[in-house]
Parts: sequence; structure tokens; C-alpha cells
Amino acid sequence: MNQPASAYFMEERHDPIEAHTLSVLVQNEPGVLARVIGLFSGRGYNIESLTVSETENQKHVSRITIVTTGTPMVIEQIKHQLDRMVPVYRVVDMTLSGRSIERELAMVKLRGTGEHRVEALRLAEAFRARVIDATTESFVFEITGNSAKINQFIDLMRPLGLVEVSRTGVAAIARGPEGM
Amino acid sequence: MSDKSHDPNQMTGAAMIVRALIDHGVKHIFGYPGGAVLPIYDELFQQDEVEHILVRHEQGAGHAAEGYARSTGRPGVVLVTSGPGATNMVTPLTDALMDSIPLVCITGQVPTHLIGNDAFQECDTVGITRPCTKHNWLVRNVNDLAKVLHEAFYVASTGRPGPVVVDVPKDVQFAVGTYHPPRKSDVHVSYAPRVKGDASQIRKAVALLASAKRPVIYSGGGVINSGPEASKLLRQLVEATGFPITSTLMGLGAYPASGKNWLGMLGMHGTYEANMAMHGCDAMLCVGARFDDRITGRIDAFSPGSKKIHIDIDPSSINKNIRVDIPIIGDAGNVLGDLLQVFKAEAKKPDIRPWWQEIAKWRARNSLSYKKNSDVILPQFAIQRLFEATRGRDVYITTEVGQHQMWAAQFFGFEQPHRWMTSGGLGTMGYGLPAAIGVQVAHPGSLVIDIAGDASVQMTMQEMSTAIQYELPVKIFILNNQYMGMVRQWQQLLHGNRLSHTYSEALPDFVKLAEAFGCVGIQAIKPGDLDGAIKEMINVKRPVLFDCRVAALENCFPMIPSGKAHNEMLLPAEANDEATAAAFAGGKALV
Repeated sequence: MNQPASAYFMEERHDPIEAHTLSVLVQNEPGVLARVIGLFSGRGYNIESLTVSETENQKHVSRITIVTTGTPMVIEQIKHQLDRMVPVYRVVDMTLSGRSIERELAMVKLRGTGEHRVEALRLAEAFRARVIDATTESFVFEITGNSAKINQFIDLMRPLGLVEVSRTGVAAIARGPEGM
Repeated sequence: MSDKSHDPNQMTGAAMIVRALIDHGVKHIFGYPGGAVLPIYDELFQQDEVEHILVRHEQGAGHAAEGYARSTGRPGVVLVTSGPGATNMVTPLTDALMDSIPLVCITGQVPTHLIGNDAFQECDTVGITRPCTKHNWLVRNVNDLAKVLHEAFYVASTGRPGPVVVDVPKDVQFAVGTYHPPRKSDVHVSYAPRVKGDASQIRKAVALLASAKRPVIYSGGGVINSGPEASKLLRQLVEATGFPITSTLMGLGAYPASGKNWLGMLGMHGTYEANMAMHGCDAMLCVGARFDDRITGRIDAFSPGSKKIHIDIDPSSINKNIRVDIPIIGDAGNVLGDLLQVFKAEAKKPDIRPWWQEIAKWRARNSLSYKKNSDVILPQFAIQRLFEATRGRDVYITTEVGQHQMWAAQFFGFEQPHRWMTSGGLGTMGYGLPAAIGVQVAHPGSLVIDIAGDASVQMTMQEMSTAIQYELPVKIFILNNQYMGMVRQWQQLLHGNRLSHTYSEALPDFVKLAEAFGCVGIQAIKPGDLDGAIKEMINVKRPVLFDCRVAALENCFPMIPSGKAHNEMLLPAEANDEATAAAFAGGKALV
């Protein structure tokens, strides 16, 4: 092992990187999101996507959905680190549980005229994207689906006059009758 | 209004804070006043149940509270003002988080309507302390204050203990609201640390231990944190199994250093026999330790042939650095109790005589040996003499950080838990002196010694003044080599002996400094003077600064060189220049 002189043992791990979707139920109190985000930045974890909203108003419970990447050991750490935070109720790895649905919403703005407009509308129909705003020279589409589908739609829109995209990030829920 | 004024639970926020301290059995707090905590200080002035210890710098308050907590098992309490008061607490808070020390820190804050306005002495205390606390709160409503304070004590002292911050704006301190004594519903429903270990995992662990040929127990600070009962159970387990036991820096004292199964501390500056036993074992029982990088050495070569059991109250400690085979989440004492019971009922002491014979060979290498010297005091010798002189006494030891800390860990034998206060995880120079003050406050009749280095001790030296004010007879035993010894050691080993800024060209005359503070200064230069000087230090019933002049270039061995495994230790007898260069081969020194 060739490492520079150091008081620390430097080791590179070459385990494969995986993407996992985590659902985190938290007490909706001031600073709770900062805590979660601070954990990720402070410990060097990745956030690919993060969504949060209050889901049980009476109990002030919010649900955070995080898509993260890392080696299996890091993913396990992330879950434990989240779980031990005082305002966190539960952490569920939707990727490991295997039976989850993931959805994302995107609004896609296009500018163009003539043939490009027609082509965009045709593709939008194929992707079940709705027109939610239109002018004589622009459209805004609303599209829902998993991230791959939305990526694909955006790629197709690019040559047709794509102006900008706003995405919500991933929300996830398990299939079947059970709650988390 | 008139009805409410007769309700004893109606009071100001400031009064609630003092009342909550009393309700939680707090006898001492460490603090420093300032604009944003004046109402609380006013309340403190008008009562005598809680004694306030005035420090000279907020960092000193934090470390003193850590020493207090570590030596009593109860949370240490700190009271500081907003802005610089809070930011000066960041180091002790981080230190306490790393070493799992329960602290409750109350900070003043500017009035709520000024928060975010860059007001005088304003800082984002909860933002700054979020990553260095177990949890923190900003209390915006006086009617939330009682609940938050009770929750703060609960969170700090349960599960894996740690520091918490309660930030209280000045207007909330003045406001009148309703107080209530501590009750169960004060705690976050989402916070429920697991205490009891899983029975089937414990059974598996017992089966592994019972069939072990080369077992080792590796214990840590979690055993101390769990309380005296855990140390008792650990000793019983060692007795019942006959297994060898080693410990981390934080865990010293849980098993007595005079115990026959004791291998000494493990890790980077641990004993050869402890590290070799870790490397060669077939079953490892880790209890209340976290496979820290100072312990494991090279991770991919760490104890390659063993099955590992890991008992920890914090699930995030499991599989963080080292994959284990049998994780058991729970409180060290609780799980040890169950484990011991199952072991006694279902297993018998395995015959591990060949393993002990192997260990005896490693022991015979005498890895803590050093060359005697009759001209200059060797630091190892100084600590051995200090240990001998204090043996059998009611003694508490704190340290700063560096070579002296490792020598103290190697050469001072601890027989009981809660007697050893040191900054392990964060490695905070300047910890030991204020920590000693905190320990002395908690144990006024005991002998409290800070084994210090000349560099570290200057970082919080101003707290000698605190010791004088409260007549706390702490002994500051400085191993003075005029170097930042541990940094210099690394420069010698890894940076071509270029001693960049590790020599203190100008040191204070510690004896005169002691006199300036109003305490006693003692100096020892020759080995022959040492015992007498130590005796004098112990007998003086006042704070002492002891300037122990030691061999300047002595280095700390044995040592696991960087990037090496437990079985590649550098022993003192072999640590000549060539062997050292070879041990660090592959490093920058040879490239």
C-alpha cells in the first residue's frame, strides 16, 4: 500500500456505488431539514434528490424522500445516522424493500414555432404530458413519472426549443396495504 | 392576573431555568456571564441551591463540565452568553460529542425580534452547534421552556450520551409563563434509544465465545458511560470466561490495570500483546467501543481471522468501519448482564491455555520498556513515579493531548471507572486543566491531577485563576519537553525530521507563573529530585503547577506506523533510525 506519509490510514474502497431511495418520517419542527441536510454535507454523503412536505398535519409529521448514492456500507451508515437523530421517527429504505413506486413531477418550458411545436405536442401526448400554459410561441408541459421517464422527455424536448425545467424531486411510497 | 400571580408555577423564563436545574438535581454549573444571560444570572444570585463556578473563558467552562460529567456519570451543565460565549463553546461541545459526554449547555440569545438582524453579540447558535451537539433547541416561547429543558437533560444523559444546547433569547428569559416539573411526556416521541439487547443475538454471541480458542475482549468508553454496574459486569464476564481483555483510551479503568487478564491499552500506542491478540484472535467481543481509526490500524488487515461481536447503544457505530458478525444494539451494562447470565447457564469456561501461552510470549517483548536514565527525567519514568506515589489514594487523572497523554495511558494504572478524563475523539489540547477543575468541584476531597504537556497546558492556562478562586487544589503535572512532542514525533517519522514550528522558543517560567496566579510552583529537573517533589505536590492543599523537566527528544512507543496493521508494530527497543525509516517505507520519507 502506497500512501503519503500521514497520521491517518488512507484506504480507498472500491465497492460498487448504489443508488437508494430513503423515506424518512420526521417531527416537523424548526431546523429539522437543516439537520438532515447538514448530516449529508457534514459526513460527505451524496444527495441526488430530496423532497419534503408535511404529510400528517395533526401530528406535525413530515415525510422526506431522499435519493442518495454510496457503497452498501455508506448507505447503511446513512440510514443509521438519520435514524438516531432526535426528531426522526423512522427511516425506510424503499430500494431494499423492493416494492416501492417512485414519482416525480416536472414542468418543462419550450419556445418555438412551426414544425417544432407540432412535434413537441406529439411527443407530449405520447408521454402523457399535459399542456398547462401556452402562448403563440411557447408551451409549458407538466409531466409525471419516474425519473428516467422525465429525463427521457427532457432529452427529447431539447432540440425542440427547451427553455427551462423545474422538477420536484422524487417522492416514493411502498406498494400494498401497509404504511411505513 | 391576580390568580396567576399566586400560582407557584408562574415564573419568568430565567427562573424556570434555575428551577429546572434544581429539579434535575444539579448542584454545580460552570459559566460566564454576559448581556444575553443577565436575567438568569440575576436568578442565580438569589438562591443557593445551585453553585455557579465562574471560569475565565467559556471553553474552560465546557471542559470543566466534561470533567464533572465524566467523573460523576451525571450531566455537566454550562451557562454562557450569546455570540462569543456560544462560539467559544464549540470546541467542548464537539469534544463531548466525540467522546459521548453528557452536557447541557444553556446559551443566551439576543431578543427574538432581533434574531437575524446581526444584533450585538448575535450568532446563529443553533446553526453553529447543530453538527456538534446530539440535539439543540432555540426556545421562542416561554411556555415551551420547561418541556425543552427537561427534554434536554433526558436526551443528553440517555442512549449514547452527548452534549445538547438550549438557546434562550433574552425576552424569553424575562417573559412570564407556566413551569412544570419533569414528566414523561416532555420527551420527543421520535427519540427512543434501545437499551435491551436482542436475546437471540446474545445467544449467538455466547455460542461464539464458548467455542473460541483465541478470544479477546475489547472494551471502550461505552462501558464507563453505562455506569459502574457495567464495569462490575465486565469484570465478572472476564472472570467467568477467563478471556484476555484490552481497552481503548476511553475505556481505561472499566477493567482494573492490576487484573490478571489485562493486556493493556490497544491501538496506535497500545501494548504489543494487546494489538497482537487483536490481530490473532478468532473471536472478538467489542463492547462500548467504535473501531476508531486510532484503534484499528490498517482496516483491510484488521483482525483478519476473527468473528466479531459488537455491543453498542448507537446503531450507527455498527459496521461503520469494520464489518461485524454479531451486532447487538443495547446498553453495555444491560447487554453484559444478559450475556453473562446466558454464558453462565449454557456455557463453560473454554480451555484457552495455548492462547495465553502465546500472549505470554508477546508480553515478554516488554513493549513499554524504555532506557533508564539517571541524568534526565524520562517522561515515562515521571508518570511511573507519579503512579507509585498516588497508589491507593483517591485519585482522578485528567490529561491534555499528545505524548504525555499516551504515556499517562500506558504507565498510569487505573483500577476503577470514572477516574480517567481525557480527550480521545477530538484530541483537544487544553482539555485537561479545566477538566481537572470540574472533577475537583465534583470531588472536593480527592486528589485530582492533570498530566499535562507544556504546549497543551498553555491553551487553557487562564483557568488556574478559577482554581484559586474556588480553592480547588488541582495538581497540574507538566511534562515539560519544550516541544509539541507528538507533532514533532510525526515530523521526525514522516516529514524528514523537519521540525516545523514544534519547538517552543519562549516558555513561561511555570514556577513564577504559579506564584503569579497565587498557587504553588514546583520544579523537578533531576530524576533524584522527582519523588520528593511529587510528594510535596500531593501534600500541598492548594493548586500546584508542577514543572517536570523531561528528556526533550523522547518519543512515544510502541507504535503502529501509518498504513500498517496491528502485527506490524514498532517496538521501543527496535525504534532506531533505520528501523523507523523501514517501518514507514512507502511513505513520503522514501519517495
